[in-house]
Amino acid sequence: MNTTLSAVGGVPGPAKDIRVSRALGKRRHRINTMVKALCVLATALGMVLLGSILLTLIWRGASGLSLSVFTTVTKPPGSGGGLLNAIVGTLIQTVIGTAVGTPIGLMVGTYLAEYGHNSALANAVRFVSDVLLSAPSILIGLFVYQLAVEPFGGFSGAAGCMALAILVIPIVVRTTEDMLRLITPSLREAAIGLGAPKWKVIVLICYRAAMDGIVTGVLLAVARIAGETAPLLFTSLGNLNWSVSLDQPMASLPVTIYQYAGSAFDDWVQLAWVGALLITFGVLAINIVARLVLRRGK
Amino acid sequence: MSMTTDPSEGQTASFGSVQARAKNTINPARIAIENLDFYYGDHKALKGIKLNLPDRQVTGMIGPSGCGKSTLLRVLNRMYDLYPGQRATGRAMMDEMNIIDPKVDVNALRARIGMVFQKPTPFPMTIYENIAFGVKLHERLSRSAMDERVEWSLTRAALWGEVKDRLNTSAMGLSGGQQQRLCIARTIAVRPEVILLDEPTSALDPISTLKIEELIDELKNDFTIAIVTHNMQQAARCADQVAFFYLGEMVECAPAVQIFTAPKQKRTQEYVTGRFG
Repeated sequence: MNTTLSAVGGVPGPAKDIRVSRALGKRRHRINTMVKALCVLATALGMVLLGSILLTLIWRGASGLSLSVFTTVTKPPGSGGGLLNAIVGTLIQTVIGTAVGTPIGLMVGTYLAEYGHNSALANAVRFVSDVLLSAPSILIGLFVYQLAVEPFGGFSGAAGCMALAILVIPIVVRTTEDMLRLITPSLREAAIGLGAPKWKVIVLICYRAAMDGIVTGVLLAVARIAGETAPLLFTSLGNLNWSVSLDQPMASLPVTIYQYAGSAFDDWVQLAWVGALLITFGVLAINIVARLVLRRGK
Repeated sequence: MSMTTDPSEGQTASFGSVQARAKNTINPARIAIENLDFYYGDHKALKGIKLNLPDRQVTGMIGPSGCGKSTLLRVLNRMYDLYPGQRATGRAMMDEMNIIDPKVDVNALRARIGMVFQKPTPFPMTIYENIAFGVKLHERLSRSAMDERVEWSLTRAALWGEVKDRLNTSAMGLSGGQQQRLCIARTIAVRPEVILLDEPTSALDPISTLKIEELIDELKNDFTIAIVTHNMQQAARCADQVAFFYLGEMVECAPAVQIFTAPKQKRTQEYVTGRFG
């Protein structure tokens, strides 16, 4: 037997005080419990806030839900009416805004991650994109107003789409770049090792590997612009009548909510709640469906 | 095909499994490397390498970490092109072509010289698509010809039996060993002449390692193979000739038997007997 036995179980080597070891273990356990409790608390707080928003929306909005909300356009106070023009307007502007902004954002994000890296141009583009990401959306509205409303002599759905597209771009740029950068170099090298040119590696391999993240980015962008009010106030303005032509002012749910919620008429306020409910659950539904589709694709 | 260029002919190996596969003949070179230098920026990582990869035989590359053996593989299929600041000078001749000549069409070159990496890198797509991806880059095949090619390469990679009923499921669902064999299948599907293996079994369990080693033994009937390994037994089991690298130099290259039983250089002897590295 070794002569330098420690206090624990006859293991040779420097002695260790089992009491200190136990005390440290207990301390670690206490801290663990405390931090865990704080995490649960924070989560609960967030869930309660979110839950209360959703519940309030359902509480106030569901009672006003009826078929006529989806089948009739907005009407003067007291004469009924629905949100058909606003729903369709939001759908049109969100879809076009996403359809225009996504490819641009995707290409910029790809440039930054795959070609620009840390070049001066890439850093400048990245900086501008990040500024755009956090710019107040009303500025985007004013910008498009100068660019596409005033010169063409009036508010239009097209200008609204443009403002929303500009909001989409930086979100998609950021997520695309981040997701492409997460791909391990070995995956790229494997594809290049087979003799694939760079563009095929990006399009056929990297986009697929980053698909989840990029789609999440696009969904975030959709969620963001579906609820945007400020950039539409100066661009598509809103329209109390039925109109789907892009060269005319176009109604949208957020602008209608903005106008109705602050009005003095009970039926308008009620419709504003219904509109808020529709946007929230619409965006929620898109997210859930996209997740399910992505999961099935695996 | 085989030509006797081996000085140690007739020598019997005492190094366990080397004996079973003792090859005393080294074929003529498929790739002849001469005077090859390689730089990572200012750092010279390969110094005047001279090495032949014999046709349809396995060259094992051994040496301590950072000695340049993986770097040499990355030179041979021009992987270093991806990274600015990395450059090679000298000659690596394959037929009449100098591989490191900037005028070489690298994509065509990589179809002739395939590479398998340390970590399995299945593409995020189905097993079938993983194989078809590389083939489609270089050939136009009908659906049935592609089916045949997929079956052929998976069979050659000893994977067909395990995946034939789930070709259309994601390759990410395969085990590590299966993924690595898929990567080998993917590489041979484009019908290269040379296959470079960069520590292909270091992330695998012993059973999968054994399968890959058997596979290498089988594949050398048709392909010229270079394998980098940290595992001396693996080099002894798989390689016909072994090259020992140290600090960016190729110290000694000889038939496997000779390297492991009667190395000429002191440094080689110290390394293979485990005295450093």
